Amino acid sequence: MAAASEVSPVARVQIDGLVILKIIKHCEEEGTGGTELVQGVLLGLVVENTLEITNCFPFPRHTDDEDFDEVHYQMEMMRNLRHVNIDHLHVGWYQSTMHGSFLNKALLDSQFNYQHSIEESVVLIYDPIKTSRGTLCLRAYRLTPLMMQMYKDGDFTPDCIRKANLSFQEMFEEIPIVVRNSHLINAMLCEIETKAPTQPSNFLSLATGAVLEKQLRLLMESVDEVNQDNNKYMNFMRNTIKQDMAKNQHKYKRQQENTARQSRGDPPLPEEDLTKIFKPIPTPTRLDGLLTSGQIKHHSNEVNQFAAQSFGKLFMAEALQPKTE
Amino acid sequence: MAASDVSLRECHVHPVVLFSICDSFERRNEDAKRVIGTLLGTNVHGSVEVTNCFSVPHNESEDEVAVDMEFARNMYELHRRVNPNETIVGWYATGIDITEHSVLIHEYYNRECNNPIHMTVDTSLRDGKATIKGWQSQIMGVTSKTQGVLFTPVPVEIVFYEPEKVGVDMVVEGKSSGRRTIDVVNDLENVGKSAAKLQEMLAIVISYVDEVLAGKIPADNTIGRYLLDLASTVPQLEPREFEEMLNNNMKDLLMVVYLSNLVGTQLQLNEKINMLELTTK
Repeated sequence: MAAASEVSPVARVQIDGLVILKIIKHCEEEGTGGTELVQGVLLGLVVENTLEITNCFPFPRHTDDEDFDEVHYQMEMMRNLRHVNIDHLHVGWYQSTMHGSFLNKALLDSQFNYQHSIEESVVLIYDPIKTSRGTLCLRAYRLTPLMMQMYKDGDFTPDCIRKANLSFQEMFEEIPIVVRNSHLINAMLCEIETKAPTQPSNFLSLATGAVLEKQLRLLMESVDEVNQDNNKYMNFMRNTIKQDMAKNQHKYKRQQENTARQSRGDPPLPEEDLTKIFKPIPTPTRLDGLLTSGQIKHHSNEVNQFAAQSFGKLFMAEALQPKTE
Repeated sequence: MAASDVSLRECHVHPVVLFSICDSFERRNEDAKRVIGTLLGTNVHGSVEVTNCFSVPHNESEDEVAVDMEFARNMYELHRRVNPNETIVGWYATGIDITEHSVLIHEYYNRECNNPIHMTVDTSLRDGKATIKGWQSQIMGVTSKTQGVLFTPVPVEIVFYEPEKVGVDMVVEGKSSGRRTIDVVNDLENVGKSAAKLQEMLAIVISYVDEVLAGKIPADNTIGRYLLDLASTVPQLEPREFEEMLNNNMKDLLMVVYLSNLVGTQLQLNEKINMLELTTK
């Protein structure tokens, strides 16, 4: 096992209000309101079992025009931040997502690299579209120790997975987030509140059609993917069984030949290497299936939550209308 | 100092900037009494929108001031890589006074950009609140003699992007809770909270109307008109029509919930496939 303890070293994540606003701003400006993926680095420190995130900076997206040295940019940024006494310890990274579809191989790779070098790192997933509907959607995830171990081995064949008893729910663990502000910022907030224009919130809107459509479409796509993956696996199993049967037949024939030859007095045929005749079928990796299943679970959770919310809103609207006799 | 092309009319600030300033003030060095930094944003015909900022290390003593310009330039370059639209629009300083050093620093920034805006944020909370003020410099005096610099105020407003408003609303709730922390709650509780807020607002309006009716407060026509608008925004529908619409909506939601639960069950079954023993020799 990679980690010594069963309990993750990070039990909660404490974020400064500043970091949240920075992430929102970055997604808004660069991701053109949620259509592109934006990423950035989180800085902070670990206090007991709480991961405190105190600052962050974004990663530039457009690397097409120059050869851009990402490491150089990071180093420069962190050196400069150190000059102004900002925590310069890397503790994780953040990423924006579109409609909640973020569980893919790239995320897994990056998070593994981070968690491998820094034990307590987390990935913050921010959903800009959901946030513009009224509630802040920010979640922190880590890879479970089990998943880390499996990834290190790099082996996702069915046997390994079965041995480790890894289900799609045990890949990532979500960590509760707490937002914290210093006293000075609280004083500043009072000022902002009085000066800020009051815009009506989008939250109580009853327009659920578009959202539901999109969620369902995503669900359909993911289910199709899982289906295909399963079909592949089924084919593999069928082929393996056929191959086994063919192998058995071959062995049986061999034996018969040998006994026949023995009875005739001829030397028996040499044992042939069965693997040369029957090429072994490569075992398919189950990783994609697992990831997509996890994604589906996440989507259906979102849909359920959204539906619960909408029910609440509908009942509220009903209360405003006169009852039918 | 060249005369500015367009004098600044107003300044829009994003809350990110204010948070950053407070944060860098809290992290200042032991001996520094105030913090300065660069403001980034856009300047369109005198209307400045400040969207980002970073602090710049500087040393200030009685008779001299030193600003790390190399650092400022470096940071600006790095920020430009991420967002090429942001340019230097001015600088900020904490503390409410404008000193002679400010004039020097302002001159430096004048070289970097056209007509920089100077923003002061009172972090010492002198007036019992954090006053945010904007300034621009004007040349004063007679042309032939030595000229001085005058800082004239520029009105400052706080603007939000839509998601920023949501973020700030969430963060604001932690202001009154004892532990200064807020948990990120799930959606259903949010509906409850919104309903409670609505109820509060309605209660205030009702009490106001009652008092006007009882004659305790003189009636105000504009408020009366607003109230009339409010009452008429509730759509007038036949009860039957409304029931039908409501039921349709609910049926949609129920169907989607059913489908997603079905998919969830299917996934569980799928897991069994993973755990199947492969019969090999």
